[in-house]
Amino acid sequence: MRVSNEAIIELEHVTKHFPVSQGVFSRGRSRVHAVEDVTLTVHKGETLGIVGESGCGKSTTARLMLRLLDPTAGTIRFEGRDISKLSNRQLRPLRREMQMIFQDPYASLNPRKTVEQIVGQPFAVHKVVGSREAKLRVKELLDVVGLSREHASRYPHEFSGGQRQRIGIARALALNPKLIVCDEPVSALDVSVQAQILNLLRSLQEEFNLTYVFISHDLSVMRQICTRIAVMYLGRVVELADSERIFEHPRHPYTAVLISAVPRLSADGRKRQRIVVGGDVPSPIDPPSGCVFHPRCPRSRAGHCDSVEPHLEPTPGESSHIAACHYPLEHWPTDVTELRTGAARAVSHTE
Amino acid sequence: MREALLDVRGLSVVFPTLDGDVRAVSDLSYTLHRGETLGIVGESGSGKSVSSLALMGLLNRDQARIDGEALLSGRDLLSLPPGEMRDIRGKDIAMIFQDPFACLHPMHRVGDQIAEAVTAHKKASNSEANKRAVELLQAVGIPNAKDRARDYPHQFSGGMRQRAMIAMALVHNPSVLIADEPTTALDVTVQAQILELIERVKREFDIGVILITHDLGVIAETAETVLVMYAGREMEFGPADELFRAPQNPYTWGLLGSMPTIEHRLEKLVAIEGSPPSLVHMPSGCAFHPRCPYSFAPCTTELPELRQMTGGHLDRCHLPEQSKRQIWAAIVAERLGVAG
Repeated sequence: MRVSNEAIIELEHVTKHFPVSQGVFSRGRSRVHAVEDVTLTVHKGETLGIVGESGCGKSTTARLMLRLLDPTAGTIRFEGRDISKLSNRQLRPLRREMQMIFQDPYASLNPRKTVEQIVGQPFAVHKVVGSREAKLRVKELLDVVGLSREHASRYPHEFSGGQRQRIGIARALALNPKLIVCDEPVSALDVSVQAQILNLLRSLQEEFNLTYVFISHDLSVMRQICTRIAVMYLGRVVELADSERIFEHPRHPYTAVLISAVPRLSADGRKRQRIVVGGDVPSPIDPPSGCVFHPRCPRSRAGHCDSVEPHLEPTPGESSHIAACHYPLEHWPTDVTELRTGAARAVSHTE
Repeated sequence: MREALLDVRGLSVVFPTLDGDVRAVSDLSYTLHRGETLGIVGESGSGKSVSSLALMGLLNRDQARIDGEALLSGRDLLSLPPGEMRDIRGKDIAMIFQDPFACLHPMHRVGDQIAEAVTAHKKASNSEANKRAVELLQAVGIPNAKDRARDYPHQFSGGMRQRAMIAMALVHNPSVLIADEPTTALDVTVQAQILELIERVKREFDIGVILITHDLGVIAETAETVLVMYAGREMEFGPADELFRAPQNPYTWGLLGSMPTIEHRLEKLVAIEGSPPSLVHMPSGCAFHPRCPYSFAPCTTELPELRQMTGGHLDRCHLPEQSKRQIWAAIVAERLGVAG
């Protein structure tokens, strides 16, 4: 994989709020703080993972990158060009460069079109090739994603979930995009099929020198495919580092909690120490003061974490690893015991 | 030996359709003991949910042919008339589902719904029933249970709804709790909470739990006994540590191999080729043979019997035990980076 330092997408202090109406008689409008002051760069050739629980803003961030949403504030750049205020029409030529693969292969394919029409649609929309060449290209694309050419005349319902996801991938590849946003591409699939799709995504990246933004809630999948990972919580990036560092030396307690919560097979059958934090993700309409994680954080300290918002700071000696925490972890996994007692305290506090 | 709570013998479920019979479950047998968590794992269409729905009497008998027996304290759940089954369901055997929001009535208060479950099987005054509801909400870790009982389901988060469902399932101290993908719709930190809760409930209420999931990680962390299902049949069955230490079935190997691990980055995930078979046109012989990299002559024609392995667990595969041990030890263990 060739990862360069060249940026393909840059988000600078990007914020996205959605208005919520609160009934007929309410005055004023409150807002969902979906994405809050996110600064993030996607480098060419990398797979940037965005991980977090539901409502953390990972999908919104990705949709902002593709300018499928208008940012409330901040700048979005594609290959150095500011695209945050472009109109749909101005964006159209850029759409070719960025594609998306969706979570649900049942909902994202038109049931009334044949595979050929679905995969060929991008050619028709962008009028890059004639219909005869489009047909040929569709067949090639089906080969590339591991479907057979005879499949072209069939309809989506004739395929299994994994095969449908392959159709979605073929469609995304049609226009030779530079960037593909994969939004939970394997979460709806069975494990055995999940592995096929992950392997396919990996090999396509090599073959076509693709850049992926990979959104998932599943850290095990992330570890297999991502080069860099951003951990999001309540609309903020709380930690960003190379994949290996996220898993081997997490700094933010939330990252540690996420990693430890993943059920895993232990080879020797011993019971693993799991950090169970209490409570749920707070509402993004009214996020907590200070550090947004402090009500659930095993390391939070009263009078500091609940009032001062931490900023993303580089790790000493590892400037590419940034985390937003006043009291980042220094050791891992040796801090597990400490975190467990802290979590128990936080639980008794919230209950 | 612990007390056997539920004894399933030769359970088969067939749905006749215009295209032919859908064989959802074929000849399934297992025993659940008190204090045990039995994990049933498999992909979609493996029959893991349907088999439990059959036990609960939740399949429409006009649309499904159910054979076999399932003994719960001496009574066969599968042959009981609907009226008697209604007395048992929710009282002696209870079930929770994947989507807790779909299981709660959106227009009734959570506490009232649990109280209704109390009065369904027992004569109790409203205040007694409500008291029991609050007690149970407290037991499953809902803070300020007394106030929250007056909330509507939409005021609960996903994790709290699942807690409420567990509370409802426990109303009559059932001896068996079936949890069908209880954490699949939940975030990973909340999943950890719910798994701990189910474990605690099992201990405190001294019951048997059947945990149905597609996630081997969840099984490895919670189950004492594991049942691996494929295309409606049990492929492998045995104690969890034995089954994970020395899995015997190529399908189990495939599942283990294709599971992405959080421990390290793998060069390549070992996917199982193809996809699960259609239950109408089931492959001949062993249903897994078209996807099995180790299949040989008898696999295509003969259904392998469940055989007892030296480790004590059951396995359905034609491969000689000796060569399976070698294969697992040599290839699979090395690829997965699992020691011994």
